[in-house]
Amino acid sequence: MGQRTPLFDLHLALGAKLVDFGGWDMPLHYGSQVEEHHQVRRDCGIFDVSHMHVIDVSGSGAKPWLQHLLANDVGRLQSTGRALYSAMLDTRGGIVDDMIVYLTDEGYRLVVNAATGAKDMAWMNAHLAGFDVQLTHRSELAMLAIQGPLARHKIAELVTQARAELIHTLKPFEGQQQGDWFIARTGYTGEDGLEIILPSDQACSFFNDMVGAGISPIGLGARDTLRLEAGMNLYGQEIDEQVSPLISNMAWTVAWTPADRDFIGRKALEAEKAKGVESRLVGLVLEERGVLRAHQVVRIAEVGEGEITSGSFSPTLSKSIALARVPMATGDRAEVEIRGKWYPVRVVQPTFVRHGKALI
Amino acid sequence: MSNIPADLRFAESHEWARLEADGSVTVGISDHAQEALGDVVFVELAEVGKTFAAGDQAGVVESVKAASDIYSPIAGEVVAVNEELDGSPESLNSDPYGAWIFKLKPADAQADLAKLLDAAGYKAAIGE
Repeated sequence: MGQRTPLFDLHLALGAKLVDFGGWDMPLHYGSQVEEHHQVRRDCGIFDVSHMHVIDVSGSGAKPWLQHLLANDVGRLQSTGRALYSAMLDTRGGIVDDMIVYLTDEGYRLVVNAATGAKDMAWMNAHLAGFDVQLTHRSELAMLAIQGPLARHKIAELVTQARAELIHTLKPFEGQQQGDWFIARTGYTGEDGLEIILPSDQACSFFNDMVGAGISPIGLGARDTLRLEAGMNLYGQEIDEQVSPLISNMAWTVAWTPADRDFIGRKALEAEKAKGVESRLVGLVLEERGVLRAHQVVRIAEVGEGEITSGSFSPTLSKSIALARVPMATGDRAEVEIRGKWYPVRVVQPTFVRHGKALI
Repeated sequence: MSNIPADLRFAESHEWARLEADGSVTVGISDHAQEALGDVVFVELAEVGKTFAAGDQAGVVESVKAASDIYSPIAGEVVAVNEELDGSPESLNSDPYGAWIFKLKPADAQADLAKLLDAAGYKAAIGE
């Protein structure tokens, strides 16, 4: 038996089919993964993401410590509520984890991946020396994501007036405390929406309120196809300790300036850049019928080979899409081997769908 | 609890087989199989004219989750494939016993079908 979120029994009551995700028993879908995917693109849906870890950072050294720990620069966060996406690197430039960092009144709030929480805490604790920093793992909190074009509108009608006002005024990629809820306009689907961090003992009743208001629960299956269409990395698929952000479509998250900010992994990334970055993460589109899958081999004529990191059927595009790591010189065509046969694919920018619209 | 029609025979690999009045055998996948696969998005069909031994790989069903081989439950020659699955692969989910995949001209229908599970045997095999 895996770990369970506070909503586990509710998922079962709603007919969830379960899947193991990083040691957690989570809903895969509640009937049809494809229908849930469409529901989020066209209306909105709720995800239980309480398996993700919330870590609060406080103390006078919080800012310089995070500026040392993370490849992106928390110094760029100018006012409470602003957020940034960052990799946490090891000294070789490998990605220990990716996360969202919010600037809060008390310090910073980090939201890291489910399967990596314990590893992250160990890594962070091992790098605390010399900094006045307190880390608090907020395992007593639950986290719900409500995603889709109608998400903010529908949620605002179910919460207190103060929370509704905040939901209406939040800017994209901003998160603010409101009473004992932390409400952020962030997500992992390529749609507008919210992520709400709240006390576990309130999560079930709020989830029930949303379901009662006709908002569909959405499983991890649709979460994966939604993030894939949005071109977002999944830790353990696109990224891990063996790859650097420079070959993972994350170069934009590495803050090179100020030049004297000595973050962990900086020297390795500088050496990689000086030598010439060798590969990149691209999108693939299969025009023929079939389904691209992780670990299939990608062949690029006169250039070399690559590998699919995530592949599936795109419900929005009604064709198969994938993320793949390929040699830097790859052009706009490649081939993928599926069950011993080579299929032509288009190579595209790895954002397939954004705000309900096809970009490819 | 999945639907297991009493008039069909089943392979342990979750295909069903139905002996038709004209002597052909129609093959599909069980309700339990479609449930486990999740939303089916593509079916790779066998070629008409191909000959299978019982247990030969006879196509692939791709769901959003994974690709699964389908196996011929009996020996025979493929005489028809369900081309409608090209346009509506999801009918394997919505109507698993109506949405057939291929039809065989069996080599030895009686002997081969006798080796398959009946509804009660299949029900036990899938732990229901």
